[in-house]
Amino acid sequence: MSDPPMITAEALVKSFGSTVALAGVDLEVERGTVLGLLGRNGAGKTTLVRILATLLAPDVGSARIAGADVLRDPQTVRSRIGLAGQYAAVDEMLTGRENLELVGRLYGLRRHEAETRASEVLERLNLTAAADRLVLTYSGGMRRRLDLGASLVGRPLVLIMDEPTTGLDPGTRIELWKFIGELVREGTTLLLTTQYLEEADRLADRVAVIERGRMIAEGSPGELKQRVGGDVLEVRSASFGDLDRLVHVLSGLGSGPPVADVREQRVTLPTADRVATLLAAARRIDESGLQIDDISLRRPSLDDVFLALTSSREPHGSAPPTKGPVTSERVVV
Amino acid sequence: MSAVPLNRAPAVAAPGTVRAHGPGAFVRDTWLMTRRHLLITRRTPQLLVLSAVMPIMFVLLFRYVFGGSIRVPGYPSYVDYLIPGILVQTVIFGASSTAVGMADDMSKGITDRFRSLPTQRGAILASRTIADVIRLTYTVALLIGVGLLVGFRMHTGVLEVAAGLGIAIFFGYACSWLFALLALAVRHTETAQLAAFLLTFPFVFAASTFTSTATMPPWLRTFADGQPVTKVVNALRALMEGTGSAARPALYALAWSVGILIVAASLATWRFRKI
Ligand SMILES: Nc1ncnc2c1ncn2[C@@H]1O[C@H](COP(=O)(O)OP(=O)(O)OP(=O)(O)O)[C@@H](O)[C@H]1O
Ligand SMILES: [Mg+2]
Repeated sequence: MSDPPMITAEALVKSFGSTVALAGVDLEVERGTVLGLLGRNGAGKTTLVRILATLLAPDVGSARIAGADVLRDPQTVRSRIGLAGQYAAVDEMLTGRENLELVGRLYGLRRHEAETRASEVLERLNLTAAADRLVLTYSGGMRRRLDLGASLVGRPLVLIMDEPTTGLDPGTRIELWKFIGELVREGTTLLLTTQYLEEADRLADRVAVIERGRMIAEGSPGELKQRVGGDVLEVRSASFGDLDRLVHVLSGLGSGPPVADVREQRVTLPTADRVATLLAAARRIDESGLQIDDISLRRPSLDDVFLALTSSREPHGSAPPTKGPVTSERVVV
Repeated sequence: MSAVPLNRAPAVAAPGTVRAHGPGAFVRDTWLMTRRHLLITRRTPQLLVLSAVMPIMFVLLFRYVFGGSIRVPGYPSYVDYLIPGILVQTVIFGASSTAVGMADDMSKGITDRFRSLPTQRGAILASRTIADVIRLTYTVALLIGVGLLVGFRMHTGVLEVAAGLGIAIFFGYACSWLFALLALAVRHTETAQLAAFLLTFPFVFAASTFTSTATMPPWLRTFADGQPVTKVVNALRALMEGTGSAARPALYALAWSVGILIVAASLATWRFRKI
C-alpha cells in the first residue's frame, strides 16, 4: 500500500479583481519528498502557498494537507503545517527566544515544553548566542533563520516555505540549504517556492514550473533538463563589448539561436551534436579574432529549462540571475 | 549544528494531534497574545509617554487658553466640565491605536503567522483590543492626575466616579473594535492612522466634549445631541459631577457602547475570517 500524498491540490483558481493569480492548479507532493515550485515574480507562488496554509480561500478547487481539507478542516491543517512566508514575520521588539516560545505555546505546547522546544530550535539554527537579544538587532539572514525556526517549532508534518533564501548572501544561502536538506532527510515533506533554479535543482525531488497561474511543466530536475534537448555550449567572452559579435559568430551553429547573458558576459547555445558544434564554434571564434576566456559544453541547467519553457520573448533579464555556486556539470573537452 | 532530531513527526497524522477547541483555548490564546502586545508596549515606553502628551496638551489648552472665555451653565468652574469631556476624547484616541497596531501587524506578516498557527482566530482580535484597553486605562489614570493638578474636582462618591470611569473605558473598548474593523479595511499602517483620526474628529468635536451643545446651530446640535460621544460624556459628567440624575445618561451611554461593541466585533470577526 502506498502512502497517500501529503499535499494535494485540485483545480485551484483564485482571482483578485481582474487579476487571475491562479488559473487551475493541480499539485501532488508525496510524503517525505520536496517539491520545488519555480516561477517568476507574479507567477502565483505566494497565492498558492497562502491557500495551502489556510490564509486564503480559493475561488474554485480544493486542497488537502495530510488528509485534511484546507477549507473544511483548516484547524487540523494548521496543526500539521509550518509556514515560513515570503517575508520574515518575526516580532522585532521580542527576543528570538520569546518569538519561538510564543509560537510554541500557540501550537498548544505547555510552557516548559515550549521553552525546551525553543532552545532546541535556536541551537539547531545557530541562533543560541543571539537568542536573548531583541530581533531588532538581528541581521536579515538571522531573521530569516528565526522565521524558519518559528515554522519548525510545532514539529510540522508538512513544511511550506515561500522563497526561503531570497535576499540572502551566497554563504548564508548554502548554510540554509544544508539545513533544509537535513530536515528533509528526517522525513519532513516540503513545498518550497523559489525563483532560483539552482535552489530547486539542489533541494527538490520534483520541480513544478508555474507561469501566470498555470503549471507549465512538472518533473524531476533531470526530466526537465531533458526537455531542452541536448546540451548547452557556453562561451565566456573576454571583453564585455564583444557579446554581440560573439552571438553573430555563433549563430546558425547549434540546434537553436545563441542567447547572450550580459550579466555573466557569456553566450549560450543549445546543441544536439555536442563536440561537432564545439569544434565548429572554436574554429569560427579563432577566425574572427574574438578573445574568449572559456568555452565549454555542459548539461543544461534549470535556467536553460526555464528559458525554454517560458516565453522566449525575453531571452534574458526577467529571470533573476543565478547567484552562488555553480552546480552545473562541466564537460571538459 | 547539534543532532537534536527536530522534526520527529508523528508516524500517523491522527486527528487527535489537533489542539483543543473551545472557550479554554480561546482564553489561553487571548492571554498569550495580549501578553505579547503588552510586552512590546513595555519595551517602547516612549510611545506610551508620547501618546499621553496629546490629551495633556488638550487639558492645558482648554483650561488656560480657551477656558477663560467658555461659560457653561451649571458649572461654576469650567475645568470640572472639561475633564470628563477630555477623558472621553482620550479613550477614543487611545482606542484608535488598535487601528495602527493591527494594520502594522498585518503589513509585517505577524497576523499571517498567527493565522497559520492552530490558534483561535477570534483570539487574535480579542488580544489586540484587550491590550489596548489596558493601555488606555493607564492613560485615563494619568489624565485624572493631571486634571487634579489643574483644579479638577469630583463632587460625587467613589462608586459613582468608578461607574463613570467604567463606562468611559467600556466605551473605549467598544470603539477599539470599531478601529479594528477600520484596520481590516485599509491594512496599511499610515492610512489606518490618518483614517482613524479623520473619522474620530467630527464625533469628538461636534459633541458636548468641550462646550455645551446649546449654542450650536440647530442642524449641528441635532447631530451632536444624538451621537454616542455626547451620550458618554454626559453620563460621565452626571456620575462625576453630580449634575442631574445619572441613570438615564448612563443607560444611553451603555446602550451605545454595547451596540457598537456587538456590531463592530461581529463585523470585524467576520471580515477577519476572509482576509
Ligand atoms: N491581495 C492581492 N490583491 C490583488 N492582487 C494580488 C493580491 N495578491 C496577489 N495578487 C496578484 O496575483 C498575482 C500573483 O501574485 P503572487 O504573489 O502569488 O506571485 P508570486 O509568484 O508569489 O510573485 P513573487 O515572486 O513576486 O513573490 C500577481 O499578479 C499579483 O499582483
Ligand atoms: Mg511571492
